[in-house]
Amino acid sequence: MEHHLVLRVVARIIIPLIMLFALYVQFHGDYGPGGGFQAGVIFASSFILYGIIFGIAKLRQVIHPSFVRSSAAFGVLIYVGVGIVTILNGGEFLNYNVLSQSAEAGQHIGIMIIEFGVGLTVASTMIILFFAFAKP
Amino acid sequence: MTAIEILSGILVILGSLSIIVGLLGVYRMPDFFTRLHAASVIDTLGTILILFGLILYAGLNIVSIKLLLILIFILITTPTAAHALAKSALHGKLKPMTDDD
Repeated sequence: MEHHLVLRVVARIIIPLIMLFALYVQFHGDYGPGGGFQAGVIFASSFILYGIIFGIAKLRQVIHPSFVRSSAAFGVLIYVGVGIVTILNGGEFLNYNVLSQSAEAGQHIGIMIIEFGVGLTVASTMIILFFAFAKP
Repeated sequence: MTAIEILSGILVILGSLSIIVGLLGVYRMPDFFTRLHAASVIDTLGTILILFGLILYAGLNIVSIKLLLILIFILITTPTAAHALAKSALHGKLKPMTDDD
């Protein structure tokens, strides 16, 4: 991969744009098409592109596999944590209405946090899959 | 219909025509590299014309800015993809067709 100059230069331009677009899809998911799953896959694809262009060893330096594994678990923890908080606030499991003073604001906050957890888990799982199948 | 709407319609039709030309090229061209060249016409000329037509139709608002960003993204990525395809084909010992064949 040392001599692929065009690919390396374009990847350096494209990777931040892909991450920005993933964040847009993530946090615009309330109002438009998008959400945690799609944003997670897009975000992971930027890391996978980096790994394909610059090599797996460099990707391991950028984002360590143990960190990815723990962040995948952390996303599930966020999801379940919101459910536990709603139970503690006096509602059912994942009943967002009790998260805030008004039911509408509670819905917004709940969906935002849930989707963040979903996105984190999906992105981490995609990167774990890439690490598992890629040649070292 | 205003002049801008007519102009945007003409641009979209021209873009669709260039996509048809590119598809014909992919179908009729003899070897890999010439087919790749025809497919690049779809990626660049067709999308430029169609997206410019849509930008003109949308006017100056958030939709046209998003379309412009899509256009810039496509103009960066698709030539790179064609380059990577051609380079990997050459790397895989695929010879371009010449007049001698």
